[in-house]
Amino acid sequence: MKNSIAERIADFLKNFPPFISLPFHDLVTIASEVKVVHAEKNQVLFKVGDATHPNFYIVKEGAIGLSVTSDAEEALIDKCDEGDILGLRPFFAKDNYLMTAKAREESLLYAIPIEIFKPYVEKNTEVLSFLLESFASNTRNPYDKVNKGKLISENVIYDDQSSEIQYFQPISYIKNPITTKRKNPVQSVAQLMTQYKIGSIIIEENDIPIGIITDKDLRSKIATGQFPITTPVEEIMSAPVVTVPENISVAETQLMMLKHNIGHLCVTLDGTNKSKIMGIISEHDVIVAQANNPGVLLKQTKRANRSKELKGIREKLTDLIQNSLDKNIPIQHICNLVGEINSAITKRAIELAIEKMEKQPPARFAWMNIGSQGRKEQLLMTDQDNALVFEDVEEENYDDVKKYFLELADKVTKTLNKIGYEFCPAEMMANNPMWCKSITDWNKQFNAWINTPGEKGILMCSIFFDYDFIYGDAALVESITENISKQVDNNQLFFAYLGTDALKNPPPLGFFRQFLVENDGEHKDSFDLKSRALMPLIDAARLLTLSQNCIGITNTYQRFKKMAELEPQNAHVFEECAEAFSVLLKFRTEEGLQHSSGGRYLNLNYLSKSDKVKLKNTFSPIQDIQDAIKSRFQLTYFT
Amino acid sequence: MAFNWFKKISKDNPKFWETYLSHFSQDKNPEVAQRYVIFDCETTGLDFKKDVILSIGGVSVVQNMILVNDSIELFLKQDIYKKESAAIHGILKDGKEEKIVEAEAIIRFLEYIKDAILVGHHVRFDIEMINQALKRLDLGKLKNDSMDTDAMYQKFKGLQEDQHSSLDELCKLLKVEKSDRHTASGDAFITAMLFLKLKNRLSI
Repeated sequence: MKNSIAERIADFLKNFPPFISLPFHDLVTIASEVKVVHAEKNQVLFKVGDATHPNFYIVKEGAIGLSVTSDAEEALIDKCDEGDILGLRPFFAKDNYLMTAKAREESLLYAIPIEIFKPYVEKNTEVLSFLLESFASNTRNPYDKVNKGKLISENVIYDDQSSEIQYFQPISYIKNPITTKRKNPVQSVAQLMTQYKIGSIIIEENDIPIGIITDKDLRSKIATGQFPITTPVEEIMSAPVVTVPENISVAETQLMMLKHNIGHLCVTLDGTNKSKIMGIISEHDVIVAQANNPGVLLKQTKRANRSKELKGIREKLTDLIQNSLDKNIPIQHICNLVGEINSAITKRAIELAIEKMEKQPPARFAWMNIGSQGRKEQLLMTDQDNALVFEDVEEENYDDVKKYFLELADKVTKTLNKIGYEFCPAEMMANNPMWCKSITDWNKQFNAWINTPGEKGILMCSIFFDYDFIYGDAALVESITENISKQVDNNQLFFAYLGTDALKNPPPLGFFRQFLVENDGEHKDSFDLKSRALMPLIDAARLLTLSQNCIGITNTYQRFKKMAELEPQNAHVFEECAEAFSVLLKFRTEEGLQHSSGGRYLNLNYLSKSDKVKLKNTFSPIQDIQDAIKSRFQLTYFT
Repeated sequence: MAFNWFKKISKDNPKFWETYLSHFSQDKNPEVAQRYVIFDCETTGLDFKKDVILSIGGVSVVQNMILVNDSIELFLKQDIYKKESAAIHGILKDGKEEKIVEAEAIIRFLEYIKDAILVGHHVRFDIEMINQALKRLDLGKLKNDSMDTDAMYQKFKGLQEDQHSSLDELCKLLKVEKSDRHTASGDAFITAMLFLKLKNRLSI
C-alpha cells in the first residue's frame, strides 16, 4: 500500500548520514516504521541510568541537549540539531543510557526502531562503519572534524578540565631499558650509564628486577668514598625495586614517586617485583606527559627568559587548543585557558622589556590588551592590539615619562611580534603615541568618543571599549572604567550611534534561507564568518552591557550571560546568543587551525550538510538580537 | 421464538459493521493507552449531500508519538468527478494510485479506526462525509468520539467559539512545516503534528 507519510520522512532522512548511503526504497521501508515523537521544551527524552529504548532518534526540528552529570552538576556535552542522531547506545550495549537527552526547545524527533534498522547496518558496510566509528571515536571525540557526520553516542566520558584528562591518561615510558647484573663492578656500570645518558639502571636476574642504582647512589655512596669503585653493584643498589604495572596513569606515577620519595619506577609484566621487567619510568617522563598541560605552560611562561622560549610556549598553546577542541572541551573553557596564557605571555614580555630598559618605570602605569585579546576571544594567532596608561605626572616631566613608556612599549610589541602576535596594521598598539598616554588624557579621549560620536569614534569605541588589564597598576584601569561608566550613563545619543553601528552587518541569511556569501574578491563565494556572524554578536553584546552600565566584563559570551542575569525576562534570547557565539567561535577556530589562517572565511562547499544547519541555527539569534536592539534604542527613527 | 419477527426487521448487518460495533461494547481498559486516529478526507467539494470522497488518509497517535506504521491511505474509484477540484488535490480520475470502490474503502477505514478517538481539522465535515458513505451502505453513523484541532486551539488560546483558524494558519502559529498540503495523507500528518503539540500544551 502506498504510504505518503513514510515517503515524506524518507525524503528528510536521505539528506543525513548514515541514511545518505541507503537507497530510497529502503529508506521508505525504514520510514514506514518510524514513530514521530514530540517533545516540549525541557522535556526529558531519556536520562542517565534509564533502560535503553528500542529506538534511536534523529532530530527533525528543534534541538536536543545531551548532558552528563559530573560532580552533581549537569554538564551539557552537545546540542543535536536538525539531522543529528542520538540514542545510539542500544546498538552496541545492553546496559542503560549514560547521558540525559533533554529538549532545549520544542522538538520533533523521528524514532527509528533498532530492530528495523539493524539489518541495514549488517548489510551495508558504509552504514556499519559509520555507526561503529562514530560510537567508538565519540567516546573521546564527538566533534572531531575527521569523523564528520558527527553521530552522537551516549558513550562520552566527559571531564571538565583538559589537564585532568591528560592527567589520567597512561604515561609513556622507556621500554626495553638498559640493565646490568649484580656482580658487575660499580665503575663499569657508571660507564654504561654515561654511555647511554641514563640516570638510573636496573639490576636484573632472569629478567626479574632485583635492585636499582641511580645517580644519587653513585653520588652518596661512591663519590663520598664510602665504597670503592670496584664494589659489585649489588652492595650499593637499592632493593627491593618499587614496581608498577603497565598502563599506569600519569597521576598514579606521580603518587608512587611521592609516596616512596624516589625518581624512578620499574614497570613489570604484572606490576610486582617478581615478574619480567617491561620498562622504566623517570620523573622526566612525568614532566613530558604534562608538557601541554596549561598549568605547566603557565609555569614555563613565568620562568621564560627569552622571547624564543615564549614563542615555543605560544606554539604549544596552539597544540593545546587543538587537543582541547578534539577532546570536546567547551569553547568557553578553552577561551579562558588561552586567555590566561596569552596574558601571562604578554606580562612576561613586559617584565623582560623593563629589565632591558635599565631604568625602572618613572611612574605608575598599566598595560591593557584591547580588541579581541581584550575580550579573551583570541584563539588563533592574530594581531596584537594594546594600549598603555600612566599616572598623571608634573607637566615638565610629561614628555620624558611618555618617551620612556613609548620606548618600553616598542620593546614589548617587538617581542610579542617575535613570539607570533603580528603587529596591528592599524597601529593600535601601545608604542603609538596616540595610545600611550596619561590617565587624564585617556579620560579625555574616551569622553570625546562618547560625547561627540562620529563614525570614526564609534569604530574606536568598538576596539577600545574591550580592554583587559594585563600588567602594572590595576587602579589606573579601574579609574578609566569609572569615568566611562559616568559618561555613558543614559547617554541616548551615544547609544544610538553605537546601536546603528551594531546593526551595520545584517543577519547573514538571504530571503530563501540561503547563505549570504561574498560576491567578489579573493574570497568570492566564501562565507565571511567574522563580519557577518561574529561581529554582529560582539557589537550587540558590547552595546547591551554598556547600556546597562556593566563596564568590567569584556568577553562576549560572558556579556550575554550577564545580560541574561540582569534581564531574566529576556534571558532566553541572550542565552541563545551566548550559545550561538560559542558555536561560531568554534567554527572559526577549527577553520583557522585547519588552514593556518585567521579562520575568517568559510568555504561552504567543504561544509557538511549538518554543519551548515548548525551554522544556520546561529543566525536566528543574530536576527533576534538585532531586532531587539532596533526597538530598544529606537533606531528606526534614528537611521 | 417470540422475538424472532423483531430480529427479522432489524436488518442483517454485514460482518465488518458488527466487528466495528463490537469495539464499543466492551469497557475501555484504563491500562491501555488511548489511541487517536488523525484523519482527513479529500472530497469533490464541500457539499456532503452531493460530493463524494476521493481519498482518505489517516495516522494514529498513542501517548506522544505518531505511529507511521499504523496509518492508512485510500484512494477511491470515482463515478462523479469534478475537474475543478482536481487542481487543488491533484487526484485525477485515472491516477496511478491503486483505487478501490467506496464500500471497500469504508470497510478498510472501519477496520483501521476501531474505537479510536477521531481527530481532524474541522473534523465534523470529514466525519459527515464518512457518515454519508455509511448511509449509502444502509449503515448507521460513526460511533467514535472525536476531537477538533481548531477547537483545541481555541481552548488553548482562550478564543471565542466563532474565531476559527484554517489548517494553514495553525501551521504557521504552531510552527509546523507544511508540505504535501492537500493530499489526504499529507494533511492528516500535518494535523497529527498540530494535534501532538496541542495535546501536550493542553495536557491531554
